Amino acid sequence: MAANPMYQFNVYRIGPEIKINNIDISFTNASLFMVISSLAILIIFNLGTKRSIIPNKIQLLAELSYSFISKMISDTAGSKAKPYFSFIFSLFMFVLFCNMFGMIPYSFTVTSHIIVTFVLAAFIFVGVTIIGFIKHGLGYLKLFVPSGVPMVLLPLIVVIEIISYLSRPISLSVRLFANMMAGHTMMKVFGGFVVSLGIVGGWLPLGFSVALTGLEILVAFLQAYVFAILTCIYLNDALNLHH
Amino acid sequence: MLKKIIFQFLASSLIFTYSAQSAESGGMPQLNPEFWISQIFWLVLTFGLLFIILSKFILPKISNNLETRKSQILENIETADKQREETEKKVKEFDKIINDTKVEAKNFFNSERQKVLDDINNKRLSLEKDIEKEIIKAEEEIDQLKKTSQEKVTKIAIETSSDLIKQLIGEDINKSSLSAIVEDLSKKEMEKHNGI
Repeated sequence: MAANPMYQFNVYRIGPEIKINNIDISFTNASLFMVISSLAILIIFNLGTKRSIIPNKIQLLAELSYSFISKMISDTAGSKAKPYFSFIFSLFMFVLFCNMFGMIPYSFTVTSHIIVTFVLAAFIFVGVTIIGFIKHGLGYLKLFVPSGVPMVLLPLIVVIEIISYLSRPISLSVRLFANMMAGHTMMKVFGGFVVSLGIVGGWLPLGFSVALTGLEILVAFLQAYVFAILTCIYLNDALNLHH
Repeated sequence: MLKKIIFQFLASSLIFTYSAQSAESGGMPQLNPEFWISQIFWLVLTFGLLFIILSKFILPKISNNLETRKSQILENIETADKQREETEKKVKEFDKIINDTKVEAKNFFNSERQKVLDDINNKRLSLEKDIEKEIIKAEEEIDQLKKTSQEKVTKIAIETSSDLIKQLIGEDINKSSLSAIVEDLSKKEMEKHNGI
């Protein structure tokens, strides 16, 4: 069933079945692309650590992305967020490389699986909440009580704030997962049209496919950026209690 | 029209494929929990390793590189500024020296010229004085010569004329009358000379 547009999201085992205490942790195609993305990041950025005053291309790439993310963090979360730089850098790079590797035909998109994005988002949510309570103690709960709200509305506002806070991991994970899945499904569908309509009618969906590929590359970058910048915003809430 | 037909065809086939295929394969593979644990395990493993290696080894190197480059550039700019200031100072000194020497040369030239001019003036003055003296002396001599020569000529004329008359006539003639005639003649001659 190669024509099924959802077939590309199937996870299958590569190599032997690995089981620890009856829990299946076999190496799958998803694991393969996680490893490939991480290795690619490590190789590229390790090549970019040469100590030369005038950087070569790969060093320039590494240094530009370093200052890009550094600037993003200091713009959204301020100088207090500096200790979390390497986490946000790794997060951005991991999501970006997984998205980008997914754009290669016949490859697998790690971030198109809700479980992967949800684990990342849940980790960020839990981490940010812990940081907030460590920095502000119980005062962190003031986040749910915005200042300058009339007393009558306060119960309602607090409930809304709590719901919006708790829905953060869901919105963060679903945004990335849904974007990647929808884009790849669309591309597969249009690719299927090219084949089924043949040489006569296949040109229009082919054009769409080409355009969609460009769009998807943009989305792949944009979603990684959004994922990282939302993490920064949540971190900002935890570090500098603004409300 | 053609576009509309194609679009409708595309849309309907999209819906058809979706409904047909989701019906037969049972929806999204993402919601199949068979490999969830495996995915979580490998995600934690790979992302954890990536984070550790990046934060411990690679990112510090990059930030170090950026820092050293920044400081080196600042240092270089500083030294360049210093050297530029020094150069400006040197150029100013050089200009001053050139100016001073020019002024000195001018002064020297002027003073030397003045000296030479003075010297020439002095010499000319003394020469003029000498020449004037000589001229006065010569004029005096000439005057004297003029006077004495006239008297002498008159005397000689008188004597020769008296001697001539004595020899011709054989007797002495009154000298005073003779001298009067000679003087009268010589005056006439002088007038003839001076008149022309």
